[in-house]
Amino acid sequence: MRGERLTHTLIQAFLLLNALFMLAPIAVMLLSAFKTNAELFASPMALPEALSFDNLRTIFRETSFVAYLGNSALITTASVAVLLVVGTMASYGLSRYAFRGREALLMLFLAGLMVPLKLAVIPLFVQMDWLGLIDSRGGLVLVYVAMGLPSAVFILTGFLRALPGELEEAARIEGASELRVMLQVMLPLARPALIIAGIQNAVPIWNDFFFPLVFLTTDRLKTLPQGLTVFMGEFNTDWGVLFAGLTLSALPITLCYVALSRQFIAGLTSGAVK
Amino acid sequence: MRLRPGIRLGLWLACLITPAAAILVIFVAWPLLGALRYAFFDFNGLAPSGFAGLRNFTDVLSAPPWRDWTFAALRHNVVVFAGLMVIQNGLAYLLAFALLKSLPGHRVHQVILFLPVVLSAVIVGFLWKLLLHPLFGAVNAVLALIHIQGPPWLGDAETALPSIMLANLWHWTGFPALIFLAAMQRIPAETLEAARLDGATDGVLLRRIIWPLVAPAATIIFTLTFIGSFNWFELPYVMAGLNGAPGGATDVLGLYFYRTAFGSVTSGLQDFGHGSALAVLMFLFLAVVSALSLRVLRRREVDI
Repeated sequence: MRGERLTHTLIQAFLLLNALFMLAPIAVMLLSAFKTNAELFASPMALPEALSFDNLRTIFRETSFVAYLGNSALITTASVAVLLVVGTMASYGLSRYAFRGREALLMLFLAGLMVPLKLAVIPLFVQMDWLGLIDSRGGLVLVYVAMGLPSAVFILTGFLRALPGELEEAARIEGASELRVMLQVMLPLARPALIIAGIQNAVPIWNDFFFPLVFLTTDRLKTLPQGLTVFMGEFNTDWGVLFAGLTLSALPITLCYVALSRQFIAGLTSGAVK
Repeated sequence: MRLRPGIRLGLWLACLITPAAAILVIFVAWPLLGALRYAFFDFNGLAPSGFAGLRNFTDVLSAPPWRDWTFAALRHNVVVFAGLMVIQNGLAYLLAFALLKSLPGHRVHQVILFLPVVLSAVIVGFLWKLLLHPLFGAVNAVLALIHIQGPPWLGDAETALPSIMLANLWHWTGFPALIFLAAMQRIPAETLEAARLDGATDGVLLRRIIWPLVAPAATIIFTLTFIGSFNWFELPYVMAGLNGAPGGATDVLGLYFYRTAFGSVTSGLQDFGHGSALAVLMFLFLAVVSALSLRVLRRREVDI
């Protein structure tokens, strides 16, 4: 038993060391956001002498941070909403009805899981240009919906297929229409899968940098990660402002994560864990 | 209006499935077919200007200076893949085992470990760029405490790529760790108990018992590491710039592809023909290697 105590101590030490490695950069970022440049350059690790809110004020007054934040919120919300509606409809059709060609159709949807859409960005760009969707938030939303559909259909069909048929049959015998059976009987049962599919797509869309970089060029349309590259360039000698910008950018998703860590972990690893 | 039930159901199904199918066709299937076609054309701006045959492919593979760029970038991707495979996934495996013990505080450790995963690569890249600054960065400040003069991490061709890999390690380790953990938690308690009664130490358990039993998770993690390493873009873009500074020491296929297709700060030229050829080659490379390695990796998976 003595040996076991020793291993447990070593394991706890290993986990603590790892926690320090994970949290130290975030602590430095947070503390530096409240320091003046003089303090930062004198000693990057020290606590701020007095909490200075000048950096945060600069972010709100002199950058388009609020606009970037709004764009990210708008694009992420719209993408996930459209994705869930369209994805749920298709998944419901593909999992609750037997018809000829169903398996083939499902395979086509799932084939999208294998495709890295980044590598098709050139023809996608030409296509978007032809549709007049370059430099438009709506266009970007459609790209994200397309990108997320295969994994959403994968999760939702898996879940919907496993639901028992009795409730559905009972409702039909009562004379409920197919639409009512779907909306009032079956989909309320699918809530856990909808949350997983929502988080799995919301996080990468919120964090995405590549597609806004390619498709959005007007400053007032830019998303948060993209906007960050703009003001990191503009203020590149004003370190207090840089750290404040990083802190504010990381804040929304960090708060959501801390509040819903279980769902976030389940959602983001759901593609890889059975 | 009354329709026959069969037709009504058919219409209902069409309403359900068509929107999703249309979006996939317009924004995924059609562009993908286009990607293949574009690689065989010369481009003038956004429009194909003439058939180029295989020239775009032979250019990027064998004509200087393209050839040198292509293979330098590929070499860096291989280094990134090998490094992340061993260090990031190795650390993740050990952390998963540490968490499996469910010692006091393990839930908190799990949440902390996964925290960087939810942050944007752009935030992570900028944060580490500041932390690794040679004069005012926190990393060298810590090293100075133990009297080590830290190098100019991102400014030195020797340390630049490993520095970006370190940021990647910080960003992503939580992901494979929690996938390994989920797989380890599915191993029946009796199996581990029996091994312990036979006198297996933690080391033996990790190498001989758990490792083969989490093979399916390892298959997924290795494949994702492979695809992720060869699609590496955001971190090097933010930390080293579009040209892979210093002097191309951190140039990877993702940056090279973007630069070729959409132009860089120094050359504003778009070259969709050569860009498409690169995309097709990268896609084939990823698909073929993934398929082959999946076959090998699947074979070592055993059923619990």
